[in-house]
Amino acid sequence: MTSRNKSARAHRAGAVPYLFLAPAMALFTLFMALPIGYTVYLSLRRTKVSGLGLGKGARKEIFAGLANYAAAVGDGELWAGWLRVLAYGALVLVLMLGLALVFALMLDAAHVRLARLTRISIFLPYAVPGVAATLMWGFLYLPSLSPFGDHPFLSAGLVTFSMANIAVWGGTGFNMLVLYTNLRAVPREYYEAARIDGASELGIALRIKIPILVPSIILTTVFSVIATVQVFTEPTTLRPLTNTISSTWSPLMKVYRDAFVTGDLYSAAATSMVIAGISLVLSFGFLRIVKNHAFGGG
Amino acid sequence: MRVNRLAVAAAAILTATLATACSGGSEEPSVPAASQSAAPAGPVNLTYWTWVPNMDKIVAVWNQAHPDIQVTVSKQAGGDDAAAKFLTAAKAGNPPDLVQAEYQMLPSFVAADAVADLKAETAQVKGEFSEGVWGLVTLGTDAVYAVPQDSGPMMLYYRKDLFEKYGIAVPKTWDEYAEAARTVHKKDPKVFLGTFSSKDPGWFAGLSQQAGAQWWSISGDAWKVAVNDEATKKVASYWGGLVKEGVIDGMPYFTPEWNKALNDGKLLTWPSAVWGPGVLSANAPKGKDKWAVAPLPQWNAGENYSGFWGGSSTAVAAKSPSKAAAAQFATWLNTDPEALGLLIKEGAIYPASAKGAALMTEAPGYFSSQPDFWQQAASIGATARGFTFGPNVNVTYNAYKDAFDKAVAATSDFAAAVQTMQDATVADMQKSGFTLAQ
Repeated sequence: MTSRNKSARAHRAGAVPYLFLAPAMALFTLFMALPIGYTVYLSLRRTKVSGLGLGKGARKEIFAGLANYAAAVGDGELWAGWLRVLAYGALVLVLMLGLALVFALMLDAAHVRLARLTRISIFLPYAVPGVAATLMWGFLYLPSLSPFGDHPFLSAGLVTFSMANIAVWGGTGFNMLVLYTNLRAVPREYYEAARIDGASELGIALRIKIPILVPSIILTTVFSVIATVQVFTEPTTLRPLTNTISSTWSPLMKVYRDAFVTGDLYSAAATSMVIAGISLVLSFGFLRIVKNHAFGGG
Repeated sequence: MRVNRLAVAAAAILTATLATACSGGSEEPSVPAASQSAAPAGPVNLTYWTWVPNMDKIVAVWNQAHPDIQVTVSKQAGGDDAAAKFLTAAKAGNPPDLVQAEYQMLPSFVAADAVADLKAETAQVKGEFSEGVWGLVTLGTDAVYAVPQDSGPMMLYYRKDLFEKYGIAVPKTWDEYAEAARTVHKKDPKVFLGTFSSKDPGWFAGLSQQAGAQWWSISGDAWKVAVNDEATKKVASYWGGLVKEGVIDGMPYFTPEWNKALNDGKLLTWPSAVWGPGVLSANAPKGKDKWAVAPLPQWNAGENYSGFWGGSSTAVAAKSPSKAAAAQFATWLNTDPEALGLLIKEGAIYPASAKGAALMTEAPGYFSSQPDFWQQAASIGATARGFTFGPNVNVTYNAYKDAFDKAVAATSDFAAAVQTMQDATVADMQKSGFTLAQ
């Protein structure tokens, strides 16, 4: 009797967590697992055309094995795209996060005047949609229309910098806000204690604030790495304005081209899986490295 | 092997789920269509994807007269994106009933089995179109995949006032055009006779057609691809030489910079198509009454050829549940005198139908200084020669943009860019399994 009761209770208790999890699991399955599964499926298929390819039944979908993956990995353009994005990403990460950190520290220093206005004006570009921001900058970059004079902002040598500038302009505010909010949550007593010990404002920033911010800096870095790997809007929007951005400038642009311009969904699916794999390795790899360094192997 | 089976099983479940999910919406409308031939239970509703301006006004006239076939216009952005969107919708199983199909994209639609054969429905109107235009919708087969709507014979638009200012005559040959380019640029280094656009493969295709290119052809049961034929290489090298010399600019068409150059009188010519006035009046309003048209310069003195840039047709989706009704609308739209009149007036297009061309009398407002605009267009149109488009024009056109972007930026060999187009086209067709003739 007692044992049956106990097991029934255990059974009930066992079901409850699953019940709570059910909505999340259902949504995850529907909007994450199934689409990813379908992408994997597509990446293993290809079309097979016979003869002229015109008329009914001339085009079939067949199993392709890993051929699409082999083609994706073997395509030099994809790796050239990664290199371009790497250069762009290095610029964006350093400039954007550096500026965000400097702004956050400056705003946190109590005696800054007009702090609220400054904060909002730095954050404001984040509220501008990427396409609108890129178009606006695009017009500023075009030599014959630019108020900055006749400079070749979109030439082969400068286009990476011009594009990074758009991302820095748009993203600094958000990252600054994350860091700043984190700083505001720090008990003021720390700083008082430091001041009593004779620390300067700069010393407080370097020795106390930045170490406290490390987890937030890691978080913003991971987000920024992911966003950089997925760069698409800026180059795609700028492309019609210049002849220095190819249809495969970034890896995601290649996916878009394969899927919607040249109509090869299968290659696009395989390339997306490769990109997803690389961004996973990059972001988790980064987390692993900083974990060992920042938290002493914890 | 086990992995394979697993994948197939998972895939089967996935596709089954997706198929039911996707067909949920399209099953219902097929019911009235099935009973349509017997006794229409209610009006047939058709959707139509197009980017012709004011098409909703033209469709309103049809809807008024045909209460049993109601058409709804869904305005599209046009160009390559519209084609990609249609192909994706067709693949997903919910395409619109009717779609505006550019001639060069039609073979891709056919190859994807996305458009219906309208042979029976269009038998009566075949005679209203020239053989060249009709070939663009049959692709040289027995089927008819669309009803031709407009065509884009190419001609030379030039600034009459500035030609006088710089003392140059309207070039009759491409050699004279090159000479004029040098003269103009020498007199004012900020002014160019024209620009080479690496973003407009359709424009380059038209110029190559004029030179006699045949990028695709069908021989027996095989495709022959010759994007790198002599005619095309000649055109590419010609422009490449002028860009390298610095007397022809390299800015793409349809950009804010190009608009500004046109408006400011920094570009004196535009080899374009018959639909040019609409673009010029919208993008270069300051040039009103200052532009004129002439036939394209020729490769050999005494010749008289042109090519086509753009032009489109009305196709019916293979998956449309109301194909007969859709075909009826498509033929009305492109051959009925009232519809043609509206297409000219409201849509500002140059109809492909012979009846339509005859309706063009009054010159476009922007060209009021050239009252014989349409007579010029008609006589030039008669000299235009096209070519068969292949099943993967999108690949070729994308390769054009990437290869010529690079070539213009580096002022390198344009003929090499043509070779890149050829290689990309052939590689894609081989990968898909098309039979290719050598």
